Amino acid sequence: MTSATLFGLAGAALVGIGLFGMLVRTDPLLRILCFNLLGGGVFLVFGAVARRGAGAGFGGDPVPQAIILTGLVVAFAATALAVALVLRLASAEDKR
Amino acid sequence: MGMLPMLAVMLPVLAMVAAVPLGARGAERLTLAVLPIGLALSIVIAVIVQLTQAPILYHLGHWAPPLGIAFRADGLSAAMLVTTAIVVAAVAIFARADFGTASGAPERRQAFAFWPLLLALWAAINLLLVANDLFTLYVGLELLTFAAMPLVCLDGSRATLEAALRYLMFALLGSVLYLLGVALIYGAAGTLDIVLLRERVTADPPVILAIAVMTAGLLAKTALLPLHLWLPPAHAGAPAAASAILSALVVKGSFILLLRLWFGVMAAVPLPDAAQILAGLGATAILLGSVAALRETRLKLLVAYSTVAQIGYLFLMFPLLAAVPGVSDIAAKAWTGGVVQAVSHAFAKAAMFLAAGIMAARFGHDRIAELGGAGRAMPVTLLTFALAGLSLMGVPPSGGFAAKWLLLSAAIGAGQWWWALVILGGGLLTGGYVYRVLASGLRSGGAAVPMSTPVTWRRDGMALGLAVISVALGFLPLAAFGLVQVGQLDLAP
Repeated sequence: MTSATLFGLAGAALVGIGLFGMLVRTDPLLRILCFNLLGGGVFLVFGAVARRGAGAGFGGDPVPQAIILTGLVVAFAATALAVALVLRLASAEDKR
Repeated sequence: MGMLPMLAVMLPVLAMVAAVPLGARGAERLTLAVLPIGLALSIVIAVIVQLTQAPILYHLGHWAPPLGIAFRADGLSAAMLVTTAIVVAAVAIFARADFGTASGAPERRQAFAFWPLLLALWAAINLLLVANDLFTLYVGLELLTFAAMPLVCLDGSRATLEAALRYLMFALLGSVLYLLGVALIYGAAGTLDIVLLRERVTADPPVILAIAVMTAGLLAKTALLPLHLWLPPAHAGAPAAASAILSALVVKGSFILLLRLWFGVMAAVPLPDAAQILAGLGATAILLGSVAALRETRLKLLVAYSTVAQIGYLFLMFPLLAAVPGVSDIAAKAWTGGVVQAVSHAFAKAAMFLAAGIMAARFGHDRIAELGGAGRAMPVTLLTFALAGLSLMGVPPSGGFAAKWLLLSAAIGAGQWWWALVILGGGLLTGGYVYRVLASGLRSGGAAVPMSTPVTWRRDGMALGLAVISVALGFLPLAAFGLVQVGQLDLAP
């Protein structure tokens, strides 16, 4: 078993755990954490794809690596937005 | 000329960045100044695509795919770009009464948030329409969510915050599933450019899995029936101007992406069985969404459930296109019917939400049973609602009729008559809930309604204009609809 396969399997497992959590959990904070697990799994799968697709003596295909970086930024922004919304909702609950 | 699609995206982006430091009043003025430029740009793109009968291609930084990123404005993009620009312009003028800052008045937080978000939303939709790269489309999808979510909870009440959080959760799940599909497709084909993918993809398990995962994610964003739960509270709770944009345009963004996947990437690999399932969900959405609208007691929720039903019509084109081979009269009818449905629904639903907003603002509530006297106090608003309703029902001559007629004849031509029954039944149910509102509004009496002011005339004018466009689409000669066929990938040689 190569390391790329191992990372791919780990990514698939993370995707499964995150997807299960997002669908089953109701607590917003847990769902946001599960979203991050799911995202982490997707990035791992993408990394494994980069390793497998590498040609011409490169250690990895650079395109998926660039995509992972952009995706991390987007996922971070999404998480920040979701947490801010949860905080706003919590303060709206306090005021009542 | 090739730069035009790029400019259509960059103009609202630059305006948004410039609007943030200007404050609420400056942002409002800047938005209103940018609107005509954006509208002109999109019309020029549509005219060029129609005249040359070829899509406009632009390689960013002159790097050709697969290494570079291409923008590609075909007929579908051009039609939706013009629709987006017109709806955004009408809603922006409408919204000046809610989010405008009068001279001398202090600037409000809501107004400061609204204008840059409107520009951001416009930019995101334009990006979704012209991008030709699955990952750029992912970025567009996320930008659309980030701009649309705050619009849902603009008034900051608890109910709208909850609706926004639910919307965000559905949308995040949808886009991360989409991204998983992008990874699988890149692993299978080694490129993300849609035109190149069309030649490279085969019906391998990884590609099929990727398409399934991406479709599921995009359905959550488009709010097709089992995944529609977030839509009614989010669209009904938002301010009228925001609801109009959300219902008319935002759900179409992810739908256009679905079209790109199924009939761009997978143009050479039709999936007729899966398409039947999609249309089955669409048919269920038409029936259940209309019945939910019939039973609804609040006007804005009724209009929101009507969106759930009308989205169902969009999915009827999938099995009709998948059943018949690429170049044929039936496929062309189904494609045009689906796209005209998206366009005419955008105009009609924006008009309907604006009219509902005007009525709710004048009455101080939106309970349908207590709308008596609306016909006397605000005939123009009720007329707007009726015209938009005619187009949604598919009564000739209207844009909705043209769309439903094309879908109907394509369904019969493809030998799938059961979809024709759904289209006809959905039209009857739509008539039912539109009639409920009109009957209630035309009853005499009710509480005294405040007199209209000049501001409300302008708002009525914008809503009526959108409704008239949605009806007038039905008067266009059929040749004009040829625009949406340009550059369609499964027709291209």
